[in-house]
Amino acid sequence: MVNVNNLQFGIETFGDIVSAEDGSLLTAGQSIRQIVKEGELADKLGIDVIGVGEHHRPDYSVSSPEVVLGAIASVTQNIKLATAVTVLSSDDPIRVYERFATLEGLSNGRAQVMLGRGSFTESFPLFGYDLTDYDDLFNEKLELYSQLIKEKPITWHGKFTPSLKDQDVYPKTDYAGLETYIGIGGSPESIIRTARYGYKVILAIIGGQADRFVPYIDLYKKAAAQYKMPIQPIAVHSHGFIADDEEQAVAVAWKNIKANFDRIGLTRGWAPMSREQFDGETKSGSFYVGNPEHVAQRIARTIKLLDLGRFDLVYGAGNQTAAQRERMIELYATKVIPRVKEILTKEVVS
Amino acid sequence: MSEIKTVGILGAGKVGIVLAQLALAAHYNVRISGSGSVQKIALTIDTLVPGATAATNQGVISKSDLIILAIPLSRYKNINPKLLKGKLVIDAMNYWWETDGIREEVLDPLSTSSEQVQKYFNKSTIVKTFNHMGYHNLQEEARPAGTENRKALFVTGDNPEAVDQVAKFVDSMGFDTVVHYHLADGIMTEPGSALFGASLTRSDLKNVIDHFDETEFGKRIRANQEI
Repeated sequence: MVNVNNLQFGIETFGDIVSAEDGSLLTAGQSIRQIVKEGELADKLGIDVIGVGEHHRPDYSVSSPEVVLGAIASVTQNIKLATAVTVLSSDDPIRVYERFATLEGLSNGRAQVMLGRGSFTESFPLFGYDLTDYDDLFNEKLELYSQLIKEKPITWHGKFTPSLKDQDVYPKTDYAGLETYIGIGGSPESIIRTARYGYKVILAIIGGQADRFVPYIDLYKKAAAQYKMPIQPIAVHSHGFIADDEEQAVAVAWKNIKANFDRIGLTRGWAPMSREQFDGETKSGSFYVGNPEHVAQRIARTIKLLDLGRFDLVYGAGNQTAAQRERMIELYATKVIPRVKEILTKEVVS
Repeated sequence: MSEIKTVGILGAGKVGIVLAQLALAAHYNVRISGSGSVQKIALTIDTLVPGATAATNQGVISKSDLIILAIPLSRYKNINPKLLKGKLVIDAMNYWWETDGIREEVLDPLSTSSEQVQKYFNKSTIVKTFNHMGYHNLQEEARPAGTENRKALFVTGDNPEAVDQVAKFVDSMGFDTVVHYHLADGIMTEPGSALFGASLTRSDLKNVIDHFDETEFGKRIRANQEI
């Protein structure tokens, strides 16, 4: 049963390049400063988490999310600061620990680590890794990370990572240690691995109906029980766009989400997104698009269906204007989130 | 060819799991193997495909009337071709650079992936299908025969009898079919083609297939073949 009071709501951006009102594109620097402004806005409006992705491509402005989160930390009070996600496989777990421990200090305990194998592959050749080691890289680095966050001296023998003897890492954190999620795209193996470590699960549902993840939640719970680990609240992240007017929301989302997905698809050999696919995704799939009431109904359904503890809306896909992005955040915070809670509360009562 | 009662799926990833779910729903016996031990996928199969049997590759192949290859293309050579001797085999794989690496290291650039799979499993009958629709579309769009707007899959192979049998199987799994009797035509649905990731009705699918040579991808493929 969903506990409405404990529900968390987040926003996440991949750092898409922002568009000016005349349709021209802003610079990466301007786009990065826009995210900081949005973090400040989200905090003022009471959104629980902001997540910033890591990409190494021309269509995204952020390759170093912790730096952006550090800037957001300095102008916010309560909002949690997450990466969405940190591509651990092509990163250095020791540096990952150090950066997040620093962010934890800067933000007074609001850092949130979200680790993943990444759905893009640019970072592998960029940092000198071989994609054929995809699984082994993640497994080894996750194990090292897990040792590091105990914040005690470690001894370690690595293949892709340095061997360490009784080595300590700094800075230490002030609180209960780094909060860690694993981003999962739907691989059963990843679900079981996350349960085994006792980390929290954030499911990236970027296509198709959320319904197909129902058995995956069951798998997570069974695996956690098998490894005698606590069952943590599950989070989901999906794309969306909200505007005051339904038709306007659909028009903006169709243009931008399609452009974004088609550009990525081009390098992967996907056929372009059809209107039928898009409409399917907004009606019953994983695009949360529409006016506040429509989006609230759909988010409430997903939260109930998957028994979620947290829902993150991925915003800003494609090249949206600052006004569109900021209005979306306002509507999400002031209309959608309260309405989702209301819908779920009524269902709990009745 | 023998009647299909038991479907064996090699690969317990996203595609393998969805195909196992569809096959169970279509009342086949289902056996499935993963890349590690049986123990490693037991909980996954038990939870996501209750009713299917997790087994080793050998345990899947020896007891199944039809085998589906749903593993990364770069790993098909990990399977001993002798195990698949005499079997009817569906190739649901594609070259996918993100998991398979550089194409030249995995595949001969002068032939299609299914032809190379057929060459390797030279005592088996390969039919290509289930490769071009996204796995969540496969899961969500399966419908009984005759349903309006039912989606279709392309089925192709060099052995007409095998192709027809697989087409019937695809129909029982919830999809219409467009059939060719030429394994090399599998290229028409591979990544980069207008059909990869698309989910179309039979008439729309047939239309795109019939006009393959006119698409940008088709022109590129044909130009390469003439060199």
